[in-house]
Amino acid sequence: MKIIKSKDVTFEYIKRDENGEVEGINKALDNINLDVKEGEFISILGANGSGKSTFAKHINSILMPTEGTLWVDGMDTSDEDKILDIRMTAGMVFQNPDNQIIGQVIEEDVAFGPENMGVETAQIRERVDEALKTVGMLDYKKNSPNKLSGGQKQRVSIAGVLAMHPKCIVLDEPTAMLDPAGRKEVIRALRALNDVEKITIILITHYMEETIYSDRIFVMNKGKIAMEGTPREIFTRVEELEEFRLEIPQITRLAYELRKEGMRIPECVLTIKELCDALSR
Amino acid sequence: MNTEATLGQYYQTDSVIHRLDPRVKLVGTLLYMISLFIFNNIFCYAIAAVFLIVVIILCRVPLTHMLKGLRPILILMLFTVIFNIFFTPGEYLWQFGILHISKEGIKTAILILIRLTLLIISASIMTLTTTPNRLTDGLEKLFAPLKLIKVPVHEMAMMMSIALRFIPILMEETDKILKAQTARGAGFDSKKLTTRIKSLIPVIVPLFISAFRRASDLALAMEARCYHGGEGRTKLYPLKYAARDILSYVFMGIYIISLTAVGIINAKISLVNAIADIVSK
Repeated sequence: MKIIKSKDVTFEYIKRDENGEVEGINKALDNINLDVKEGEFISILGANGSGKSTFAKHINSILMPTEGTLWVDGMDTSDEDKILDIRMTAGMVFQNPDNQIIGQVIEEDVAFGPENMGVETAQIRERVDEALKTVGMLDYKKNSPNKLSGGQKQRVSIAGVLAMHPKCIVLDEPTAMLDPAGRKEVIRALRALNDVEKITIILITHYMEETIYSDRIFVMNKGKIAMEGTPREIFTRVEELEEFRLEIPQITRLAYELRKEGMRIPECVLTIKELCDALSR
Repeated sequence: MNTEATLGQYYQTDSVIHRLDPRVKLVGTLLYMISLFIFNNIFCYAIAAVFLIVVIILCRVPLTHMLKGLRPILILMLFTVIFNIFFTPGEYLWQFGILHISKEGIKTAILILIRLTLLIISASIMTLTTTPNRLTDGLEKLFAPLKLIKVPVHEMAMMMSIALRFIPILMEETDKILKAQTARGAGFDSKKLTTRIKSLIPVIVPLFISAFRRASDLALAMEARCYHGGEGRTKLYPLKYAARDILSYVFMGIYIISLTAVGIINAKISLVNAIADIVSK
């Protein structure tokens, strides 16, 4: 079952000058074809301006394609009547944790989505507790969001989406504003969601380290999908990745350089442990 | 910067008054304030004071904490009292130029002092025992009938709660901008008022820009979580009257009735006295 199916999706930003006349057209997305199966963990990698965030906003029906069609669980995202259903199916987490927490108390924020959907009070209670438990924030449910760390805030945001019981969660650079510890926290929470709850995850990021555990990676560049494959397939193409202004994880880079110098190391190394094993052999 | 002080003056503890429905407290405070203005004699104030003392004991907020709320209004109270003492015409006890102290003056001054104290304490009890959140909920519910004449009650309540949520964030931001501008040599402690006001412009402009950016981010996040206005929205904590709320309304009714009775009797007695005075002359 395909949860997301994108066919020739193109999106153009129209630049206008002061008189409202068209100055130029900026193709943010250029013929994107991409399918995601239910339960997959997908990463979309790309440097700034590659169109990855624009694509994310299409999945949630915040933007609609200029040309082509995008289906979420069989629903066309340009269908105005289905907007709420689409947003219930594909939840979205944004970059800045402060600007997406609406409630003044954590549990009230998590309840915001279900409240909007018109879920019964008793069920909201259940969903909130369950969602907070899944991301490990249940102990904080009565606290104010202002006192949390960035990683914790982002986990609350994820819980807020989870409480809507989506089939798929899109995360638009959820770790860009976090410190390394917070980043790990969030990625761990996402992996658990994918493994245990079988929720489809679409992670949009420019940190390659975060994509190691995904099932498939799409690399975007200038509005196009430039590469597609499993992490191992992608990470072996170090030179191409650098062309797209992506930073290769240190360990992969080290292994790559060592291999180039003639050491006998497998073609693609993703973790420190793998490299240690390879070197000690 | 102390960010907690701005979030109302809610005093966290568990008491009957804390648990009351916010609507009861809103209506009660309003009725109480009106009752203080309708009757202007010492007997009615005595009843009002007894009522308030009972509430103070019930709400378990330390008295010292409550009196702190009176401090900013002390000067205003002092002024009213002094003016009333010196400028009320009547039976003069002491006179100097246009200044004079009259029996009536002292009487009104005392009454006004009592009235102001009761007023302010009753208002602060409401804010001390109700979180801003519950207060907004209560206001939304109370004013819900206005929706019939197209007053956007839900939207206003939503705006209020979002404003409350963002106050600490924007305070923090102001602090950051102030520090950044100070680091670049801006002076905020000039003695001249005009210079000081001018030096605030480089703080206010970035603050506004950031606030707008946050607002647009938040709007996106709310939409992504299926927000579509107040229609069909459920609540994690719906407001429902419990037995204690009904009981409070009953007590309030008893208070109003007894106050009115005393007020009328008092008015009659003074009328009888006045007639007797005239007759005896």
